Amino acid sequence: MMMNPAWKKQVIELRPGTRITGKWHLNKYTIQKKLGAGAIGAVYLCEFEGKPAALKISEKGTSMTVEVNVLKSLEKVQGNRLGPSLLDVDDWVTPAGNVLSFYVMEYLQGETLAHFIGTHGKDWIGVFMVQLLEDLERLHRTGWIFGDLKAENLIVVSSPPRIRWVDVGGTTRAGRAIKEYTEFYDRGYWGMGTRRAEPSYDLFAFVMVFLNIYYPNRFVKTGDQSEKLLFKKIDHVKDLHPYRNILKRAVKGSYHSSADMKREIITAINEVKRRQSYHRKKSKLSLHQHLVEPGGIGVLALLFYLFSLLFQ
Amino acid sequence: MKNGTLKQILLLTDGCSNKGEDPSATAALAYQQGITVNVIGILDDDQTESPDGLQEVEDIALSGGGVSQIVYSESLSQTVQMVTRQAMTQTLQGFVNKELRQILGSDQSLEDLEPEKRGEIMEVVEDLGETSDLEVLVLVDTSASMHGKLPTVKEALIDLSISLNSRIGRNRFCIYSFPGKRKAIQKVFDWSPKLDSISAVFPKLTSGGITPTGPAIREAMYQFGKKSLLRSFRHDDESGMEEAGY
Repeated sequence: MMMNPAWKKQVIELRPGTRITGKWHLNKYTIQKKLGAGAIGAVYLCEFEGKPAALKISEKGTSMTVEVNVLKSLEKVQGNRLGPSLLDVDDWVTPAGNVLSFYVMEYLQGETLAHFIGTHGKDWIGVFMVQLLEDLERLHRTGWIFGDLKAENLIVVSSPPRIRWVDVGGTTRAGRAIKEYTEFYDRGYWGMGTRRAEPSYDLFAFVMVFLNIYYPNRFVKTGDQSEKLLFKKIDHVKDLHPYRNILKRAVKGSYHSSADMKREIITAINEVKRRQSYHRKKSKLSLHQHLVEPGGIGVLALLFYLFSLLFQ
Repeated sequence: MKNGTLKQILLLTDGCSNKGEDPSATAALAYQQGITVNVIGILDDDQTESPDGLQEVEDIALSGGGVSQIVYSESLSQTVQMVTRQAMTQTLQGFVNKELRQILGSDQSLEDLEPEKRGEIMEVVEDLGETSDLEVLVLVDTSASMHGKLPTVKEALIDLSISLNSRIGRNRFCIYSFPGKRKAIQKVFDWSPKLDSISAVFPKLTSGGITPTGPAIREAMYQFGKKSLLRSFRHDDESGMEEAGY
């Protein structure tokens, strides 16, 4: 009856070098280091047959089973993988005789979204927006909603840079109540809608993911003026200017599908590109036209810009 | 399987009882009658460790078949909804485990099954949790030390209503405070599907000196009985909902 009395206990601490043997499938894993811990269990980097893998272990057997169910249904989605692929599900009987549940996933290595944008520049924002919306669209089409969409659950893998989901534990069937959420990303917290799992729930959290890049310490609600506050926060970020109207519409829950939002983001990106090349052309046609050689365009434009600053 | 109604008492308190019967005993009694008792112990933001009195929090939930959690008031909202959902799953799982034992033999429970089969059963439990009707009686401790925490409690309850009303199943909430003026508990908000209209009633709560947790749980338990009597009297067609089977 008391399934999870251990719920309020601390996360399981495993020392590097600990060997874990599955009770049912008898696979052996060697723990290397802790990658993180959440409401349900801790994730460790481990080694299995010479290869790295991510192992999530918890006392909460039932919650783990629910997560495994989600991972399994995501495996059935065609095309690029949405979540990390699931390698094994098993129980571990500790030396002390306790039974812990664990599952093993593909180990995704990468950097956080904020770090990547910080080092590679704002041009990537649009790219990741489109990638993320594309993945959400495919997920939504299969009848699932991501739910706990947040910076910590996303990672940018390299060559080519792509945004990937690392934790899909909060994924909820469409039409149900969101299983897991984080206040900052939750439209219910902001008073901007229900916690019913529907595409617009994810799209609200999507906006917060990109706001979080520029407000790393996040912010909290003040009174009942959430919409105003969120709009102001969006307006304050210069890098998000090209998308601000789209982001605001998402905050208000105006998009019923990720596809609609993606289409508008792509239009906004093209708009930016068009304007950039228009400006470039215009500067080319001015004073220095005859001096300009293909390789020198950039240098001259920069010099011109610096001079114009000096003589203002 | 026909879906029944899950009944829960959610006790919000910040200390130990000091009057009347043992709250764990009354919680056990409630559990016996199919009502789960969940307890949330609220700490002051500057309290570093939980005072001894809050051991009681765990004991009440344990004998009440529910979930307990001790939190700082700032994280109350998320905790309230987590505890409620967790307790629903726990109750439903207990029910499923009972069925399993009948099929598989006396010692079998969900953990003794292979992970694959466990997954299928959990899907059923999740389905039930989503579609079951739920009745929550919120019991708020309004003894003097709780006074500063009441605005947070109000926020958390409105938030709980948002969460639960996003489910497919129906909900009913009511709020009682204790100690009452002459009785053990006092009605703050009558049975209703939503809690968004409680803003008006909350500021009126007055704080008392004693904490009669035990008698409060007992009185709360009777409120479920009263209500279903009234309802079956008024709406005959709805009485089928009460055949819970727990």
